[in-house]
Amino acid sequence: MSAAAPAIGMPSAWRRVSTALYLRPGLVLFLLLTPPMLWLGIVYLGSLFALLAQSFFYIDGFTGQVVREVTLATYAELFTAANIGIIWRTAGMAASVTIACAIIAFPIAYYMARYATMRTKALFYLAVMLPLWSSYLVRVYAWKLILAKEGIITWLAEHLGFAWLLDGLLSIDVIGGPSLSASYIGTFLVFVYIWIPYMILPIEAALERVPRSLVEASADLGAKPRATFRKVILPLAIPGVAAGSIFTFSLTLGDYIIPGIIGNSRPFIGMAVLQHQGTAGNIPMAAAFAVVPIVIMGIYLTVAKRLGAFDAL
Amino acid sequence: MRSRPNAKASPRAGGTAGWPLTLGAVAGLLFLHVPLAFILLYAFSTEEKSFVFPPPGLTLKWFAVVWERDDIWRAMWLSVRVASISTLMALILGTLAAMALYRSRFFGKEVVSLLILLPIALPGIVTGISLRSAFNLLDMPFSYWTIVLGHATFCIVVVYNNVVARLRRSSPALIEASMDLGANSFQTFRHVVLPNVATALLAGGMLAFALSFDEIIVTTFTAGQQTTLPIWMLTELVRPRQRPVTNVVAVFVVAITFLPILGAYYLTRDTHESGGSGK
Repeated sequence: MSAAAPAIGMPSAWRRVSTALYLRPGLVLFLLLTPPMLWLGIVYLGSLFALLAQSFFYIDGFTGQVVREVTLATYAELFTAANIGIIWRTAGMAASVTIACAIIAFPIAYYMARYATMRTKALFYLAVMLPLWSSYLVRVYAWKLILAKEGIITWLAEHLGFAWLLDGLLSIDVIGGPSLSASYIGTFLVFVYIWIPYMILPIEAALERVPRSLVEASADLGAKPRATFRKVILPLAIPGVAAGSIFTFSLTLGDYIIPGIIGNSRPFIGMAVLQHQGTAGNIPMAAAFAVVPIVIMGIYLTVAKRLGAFDAL
Repeated sequence: MRSRPNAKASPRAGGTAGWPLTLGAVAGLLFLHVPLAFILLYAFSTEEKSFVFPPPGLTLKWFAVVWERDDIWRAMWLSVRVASISTLMALILGTLAAMALYRSRFFGKEVVSLLILLPIALPGIVTGISLRSAFNLLDMPFSYWTIVLGHATFCIVVVYNNVVARLRRSSPALIEASMDLGANSFQTFRHVVLPNVATALLAGGMLAFALSFDEIIVTTFTAGQQTTLPIWMLTELVRPRQRPVTNVVAVFVVAITFLPILGAYYLTRDTHESGGSGK
């Protein structure tokens, strides 16, 4: 009351502005949205367009200078056998990492959503969230220690008597190598390890939304737990898996740090982008390569949308 | 036909999980966290040339070595400055976007929310190379600000998610009551809305800080010759010099990023969706 009293007699400037704004919600919306939209529009979209534009330029093979003329020459060069190999290698890795993440994440998410008490659930939630938000590089580095030839896995293999298994794995043709940290098996393990929190959380959220009454109804109608799981719970968890797979797939497609540190140094898309823009100085080629994950993700998102992934995000 | 009165027939709250499931869940958690323990262990190792297990001996001297290293301190200071300014910008822009979008409906709203999400939906390398192309086209030299530009862009969505979740949960009646009692829009914002979203802002800010402090993918493209702490670590990983020194730094990075995340979690623990769905 007292705050209002003086305002009635003599409307202050602030109050007049306030009233004017209150009567024009559209203007308020405009004023609120302008700064973030300017930022994202100019800095982000602007850069994306710059990327697209650069991918239509080409590099002069003789002078090594970028020629700013619109051409499809760079894209034509993208479809050479070596580059197609890089794209397939990356997409294959992204797909296998996604499948492995889904398999490992499911029991964790299921336990969290269905059986954990409040306290345990909070603990699990925190344990999944901490690695999701932090220390990406540190966690990759941890695996360099673990997978090193002289590291703990080799030590364990020797002391527990499964050295034959390790040697057998490493001698497999494509995925093996001199040591775990220099093989696809290592790259794969680290990818799975780093992205798995992104899979756990959406599956957990999807499972949490399955009403208990549905599960009980299924049991009342005579379904064994196994059948209830297969016919009721699993189909309802699919949107969560699809949502999680967007992250694991997209993140693997664009990563260049992990295959650079752990693996046999055959390039992935991200490493090709980095190499073209860095040492080769071929920004048009780097840009064209960067368009590949955008296109793949575009297709992937369309499929994921059909599976209901966006409702589970 | 009645179902048998079998407690295990349907999984329900308070029911117990079968041992394979419990084992799977616990093994999964261990898989997530045990590797970090090795970082800690090797920070004390006396062996500096390889990652031999078990470490031949334990020592504290690497902590002293790190303390004396100027390059580490400079990298750390750059990272702290970048993370602080990016967080500040993300706080302002993210809050504005959240206030604009949480209850209004307008033409093109979907596009606007997609635009906010895009920097984290597309792979980091796309953001990185895009910014790099833009700097290249504009002939912009690399500086402290080119790093901030990239970081603030992907931090906006973190703040946005936290604030929008809080705003959706708070009752519009509070704002109406405040206006009915004679407060103008600005007073209402200052005394009603702001205190209401304060912890969500703090949480969003802390997460944004952790995200920026740790970022490497975009930074590689926008830093030029500058060295942030993650870039310092990456160079050490590719060409190791004193391996335990890297481990000590890694331990500090974990500590510096875990603390704000824990803080953010406790500030928003009633809003379940706060953390994960964001990134």
